[in-house]
Amino acid sequence: MSGHNEHTSVDQHDHVPSYGKNVMIWLVLVALTALTVTVASVNLGDYTFFFAMLIASVKAMLVINIFMHIKYDDLLMKGILVACGFIFMVIFVIYSFDLFNTYTG
Amino acid sequence: MSINSTTNKNFTNFYQVKTKHSGLLSWLLTTDHKRIGIMYLVSILTFFLVGLTFAFLMRLEMLTPGPTIVDAQTYNSFFTLHGMIMVFLFIIPGIPAVFGNFFLPLQIGAEDVAFPRLNLMSYHLYLVGAFLALYSLIFQTHIDTGWTFYVPYSLRTGTDVTLTLMAAFILGFSSILTGLNFVTTCHRMRVKGMKMFEMPLFTWALYSTAWIQVVATPIIGITIVLVLLERSFGFGIFDPTLGGDPVLYQHLFWIYSHPAVYIMAIPAFGVISDVVATFSRKSVFGYKVMAYSTLAIAVIGYMVWAHHMFTSGMSDTARTVFSFLTFFVAIPTGVKVFNWVATLWRGTIVLSSPMLMALSAIFLFSIGGLTGLHLGAISTDIHLHDTYFVIAHFHYVIIGGILSMFIAGMHYWFPKMFGTMHNEKVAKTGVVMYFIGANVLYFPMFIMGYMGMPRRYFDYLPEYQIYHVVSTVGSWILISAILLMFINLLIGIFKGKPAGPNPWGAKTLEWTMPSPPPLLNFIETPIPNHDPYDYHDHDERVFREAKEKEKEIINQENS
Amino acid sequence: MSTTSVDAHGHSNNHAGHGYGDNDQLYVHFHRDDYGSKFGMWLFLFTEVLLFGGLFVLYYGYRIAYPQDYHHAAMELNIVMGAVNTLVLLTSSLTMVLSIVALRRENIKASLLYLFITFGFGATFCVNKYFEWSAKIHHGIYPGSLELQESRPAGEVVFFGLYYLMTGLHTFHVIVGMVVMVFCYIFIKTGTINSDKYIVLENAGLYWHLVDLIWIFLFPLFYLLH
Repeated sequence: MSGHNEHTSVDQHDHVPSYGKNVMIWLVLVALTALTVTVASVNLGDYTFFFAMLIASVKAMLVINIFMHIKYDDLLMKGILVACGFIFMVIFVIYSFDLFNTYTG
Repeated sequence: MSINSTTNKNFTNFYQVKTKHSGLLSWLLTTDHKRIGIMYLVSILTFFLVGLTFAFLMRLEMLTPGPTIVDAQTYNSFFTLHGMIMVFLFIIPGIPAVFGNFFLPLQIGAEDVAFPRLNLMSYHLYLVGAFLALYSLIFQTHIDTGWTFYVPYSLRTGTDVTLTLMAAFILGFSSILTGLNFVTTCHRMRVKGMKMFEMPLFTWALYSTAWIQVVATPIIGITIVLVLLERSFGFGIFDPTLGGDPVLYQHLFWIYSHPAVYIMAIPAFGVISDVVATFSRKSVFGYKVMAYSTLAIAVIGYMVWAHHMFTSGMSDTARTVFSFLTFFVAIPTGVKVFNWVATLWRGTIVLSSPMLMALSAIFLFSIGGLTGLHLGAISTDIHLHDTYFVIAHFHYVIIGGILSMFIAGMHYWFPKMFGTMHNEKVAKTGVVMYFIGANVLYFPMFIMGYMGMPRRYFDYLPEYQIYHVVSTVGSWILISAILLMFINLLIGIFKGKPAGPNPWGAKTLEWTMPSPPPLLNFIETPIPNHDPYDYHDHDERVFREAKEKEKEIINQENS
Repeated sequence: MSTTSVDAHGHSNNHAGHGYGDNDQLYVHFHRDDYGSKFGMWLFLFTEVLLFGGLFVLYYGYRIAYPQDYHHAAMELNIVMGAVNTLVLLTSSLTMVLSIVALRRENIKASLLYLFITFGFGATFCVNKYFEWSAKIHHGIYPGSLELQESRPAGEVVFFGLYYLMTGLHTFHVIVGMVVMVFCYIFIKTGTINSDKYIVLENAGLYWHLVDLIWIFLFPLFYLLH
């Protein structure tokens, strides 16, 4: 007797990641780091924060998808990731209603 | 399930199993979810009794204006102790840790939870946290911050909050691990053939709760760490003299502590769903809606935290937004109440003690829930904030609702956990006393709160005395009811008659095995129904006749 | 797939359908579920993200409260140090992945080597952090210092408070990750982690990437926005 679904009990050995692809991603990440440092030295006014966060998010997406293997995982794994990201966003958004009006209003 | 399992003499149940260790160690080092559940039950009820004692003393103090039995400072530490113990040691771990551990694997047809060793670790953490909390609360200087530890007072107070905060941190960690375990269990351990939407509603409730535990508790963890560091090093994060903003502390605190209310409430709703379905001999009305509403409460409940801060100096926009969202959470909760009532409709209602308790819980919880709307509306909240109205509101929710549901669950699952029956008559008397006691205790608080009696004061004006006296008398009734029911159950463990695998005629999977369950739970791999409460072929008369026969067998074997 | 079916249920063939004999009583519940482990690990990572999330919430709040002070304070942080540490962590993430790839291709030696390099990068990060912090402390900028409390505006006190808290908590995670790597190294050597059962290493990898991920955000937030 077993309590769980047998057919998925052990990780599928389908996708063996390659060396090359990971090195490529690493190169992209390094390039993006260089980019973000360069952009920081240019005065973009209000857009500085936006650009820094944009580049950081792209880097984060690459790490999550390739290094952390989420791209090759199933829908459930992706689903919980999206759900948690959503909750995190919601906290920030509704929390902002207080901040902006208290400190800048 | 074969008939000869009536008295379960053919089975080695999980109490009798010989393990590597013996004696107390066979409990403390077990990874069996049932033993861990029982350990949680024992520890949680112990701490509950401690918290209850402080509640009793506080009510006694409020009997007359001015000092009655203690002075103001002691009273302050009493309400801190009461709040801290009841919130962190009893009601938050309460149902998920006790019944969740015991019945989650049973309800989904699994042998154990997904990570049994992690489960044990989370109990050990609970134990460490609990002893640290009790030690710091009782033997150190009496802390007086309230269970909320609001800065800047918690940064300045000379009393020793450091240990207490560390205890809360460890307890939080224990709660995270339990949540993580349960989410994985629900996804991975379901018996073959059971889909997500075929799980019993108690399991659904545990699942949603576990999610809140995973995504909310870390926030309190970091907040506590910040207060600890702020106290020792002066980072300036919360200290207004250094540039910090105490309102941001309140944000962080309530981002966890409001969802914590749902960590308490949602599993209790799950218990009611199971109990009401069983004793109405009917499938739950709107099963899918119930499951979705459980998730909806979890999600929306995550977005309403700042309604605790309407008078803390938040911006008007934020207050409006949070007030709106707060009303929103009433919708899925209302759906649940209506669906419970609709389940009763045309059901074959059996008024056993768990059912009676559940009905009383629905009524009391509705009062608590509806008065919550008064507090969710900004304008009335300004008037009612920090008065006894708030106390009455959340005690109707917690004592009237959640504790009732906990006790209902205790009576409902008692035969399964211990294999014996309690005395139904005494239990029912207890339920009636409980219902009366809760109302006499908390209803006067609504009135005096509305009149302006502030909470957390040890003294009051003479015009409030009549309400305080009624309330204190109510506390005596309530406490006697609780003790009566507990003692009845305790006697039931040792003197009760064997219960048989399914004394209540319930349909969920935990009732398909002998009680108490064997070590690996199921004798044969269970075959789940598409509807977990499938009563379409249930004939009450046949069921009662079978029960009578079972009783005769038991009597013969005992004589 | 030889190991997958054996100890998942040590006696699953003989206990179905009959009672619990004496032999079964010593049975300890154990089953292998790699997917479940990974799932649990991801949930744990969410809790870590939210743990830092609390600090990000505070960072964000005070950023709106004290925009000017944040700009001035950020100028004092050393971009070069930050950038080097970013590269170190990114590269360590790569070597961690390569270690898993090598293990799955049954190249144990390469796997151990990559793991060792990853550990080395972690150590480099900590050393770097140590020099960075000592420089700050040398200038009198540390929590509770006179310099901060008397001659700096409130926003800078909060900024440096958060700087120490967030990078400190992050470095703590780096150290925990390194300890985990030591265990992985031993387990690979003993064969507990092998090309078939590599979930422990994979989870350690996930944890290490999370540490990297958090730094990806910490770096611009503290060093670049001035």
